[in-house]
Amino acid sequence: MKIQRPRRLNIDGDAVLREAADRIASARNLSPARRSFLRGSLTLGGLAMLSGCVLDDSEAVNTALTRISRLNDGVQGLLFDPNRLAPTYPDSMITRPFPFNAYYGEDEVREVEEESYRLEVAGLVADRRKWSLPELRAMPQVDQVTRHICVEGWSAIGKWGGVPFFHFLRKVGADTTAKYVGFKCADDYFTSIDMATALHPQTLLALTYDGQVLPPKYGFPMKLRMPTKLGYKNPKHIQAIFVTNTYPGGYWEDQGYNWFGGS
Amino acid sequence: MITGKETVHPGWLRAMHWLNALAVVVLMMSGWRIYNATAFLGFAIPKELTLGGWLGGALQWHFAAMWLLFFNGLLYLAFNLFTRRLFHKFFPLSVKGVFADLLAALKGKLAHADPRHYNMVQRLAYLFVMADSVLIVLSGLVLWKSVQFPLLRELMGGYEGARLVHFLAMAALAGFVVVHLVMVALVPKTLVYMLRGR
Repeated sequence: MKIQRPRRLNIDGDAVLREAADRIASARNLSPARRSFLRGSLTLGGLAMLSGCVLDDSEAVNTALTRISRLNDGVQGLLFDPNRLAPTYPDSMITRPFPFNAYYGEDEVREVEEESYRLEVAGLVADRRKWSLPELRAMPQVDQVTRHICVEGWSAIGKWGGVPFFHFLRKVGADTTAKYVGFKCADDYFTSIDMATALHPQTLLALTYDGQVLPPKYGFPMKLRMPTKLGYKNPKHIQAIFVTNTYPGGYWEDQGYNWFGGS
Repeated sequence: MITGKETVHPGWLRAMHWLNALAVVVLMMSGWRIYNATAFLGFAIPKELTLGGWLGGALQWHFAAMWLLFFNGLLYLAFNLFTRRLFHKFFPLSVKGVFADLLAALKGKLAHADPRHYNMVQRLAYLFVMADSVLIVLSGLVLWKSVQFPLLRELMGGYEGARLVHFLAMAALAGFVVVHLVMVALVPKTLVYMLRGR
């Protein structure tokens, strides 16, 4: 399933109204009364009809909505219980086939070379060495069957296996008092999460899907799998992980999706 | 008989009513755009009726207006309980009374002499829409934070169950709004009372 890209109309509502009003005013075949009636209906009815565009494009409205979205990040942070587990399901409930999901089509899936792949670790961490896939596979692994909830509203159950992320963060000596963990991906996707979610017991550096090496369409060589967050917060093809106190944003988040994106 | 000097609806109620109307319009229109992202019931809502332009925009509107509905609704219930308006406006209520008033209304014989007095059909309709709004907020809470509210989630039949509950409760509210507007069109002075209070 391909996530729809945002579409915004760049109509200057005020300019459209002004031009229409001028045209009516200059129309010679209209009586003054009819002219003023038309002009009046333009300002009321016309404005109401155009209000969708005007509201969507208004900078002030966008700023207000973004500010409320930031407030909602804070509320979600307060509602988030770092010890509460997302429901897990039996293997029999796995959705088959599990849907493909990215900001591009399935025919554009990126292939990452296994031998040359090295995971980069940066920012507020003690150990910044790079990690090969065999090294990551040698760490303790867990399996879990959880529900992936997409921002579009659909959901699907899948089975991911890999390294608990809190374990990895401790191993690299991450500053777990830092605010954010950011991700850069081989498919040019990027996102970031709060530290509380990064340390949640069900947050996985997933290396397998349904017992097999993670296939390219689900994010080979590695994706971050969090059953406590919406789908777009779960980056695939992870290339670099960084720990920071500076808000890093994200591909969809910068376009208006809520940053916390918690579930 | 109403003299034109007595207050039909107190100021706090009118303010909350119109704030609620604003919240419901924004939530429904943005909610329809969010629904269209998957259209899980097999039909799409016409784009002209939706708000937000794209999914992210609709979500921003929805998650902003939800606070208005939530706090306004909470204040409304608190005021109704505290002033005891809830008990003397909406009760007593009986099945027999509802049918009697419904029959009278259909025959065009229901009196509207005193707008401060709600007939049984109105009482039932307004109580229903209060309960339905609570259901909308609770199912919305499950959709928003399904992991954080496990009991509520299971009561709604899981995440997918909550999605259906949220949609059906919205449809019921939309049905109420249509009937409500038809009734206002039939008895226009109720609009004046809701605007001016008298």
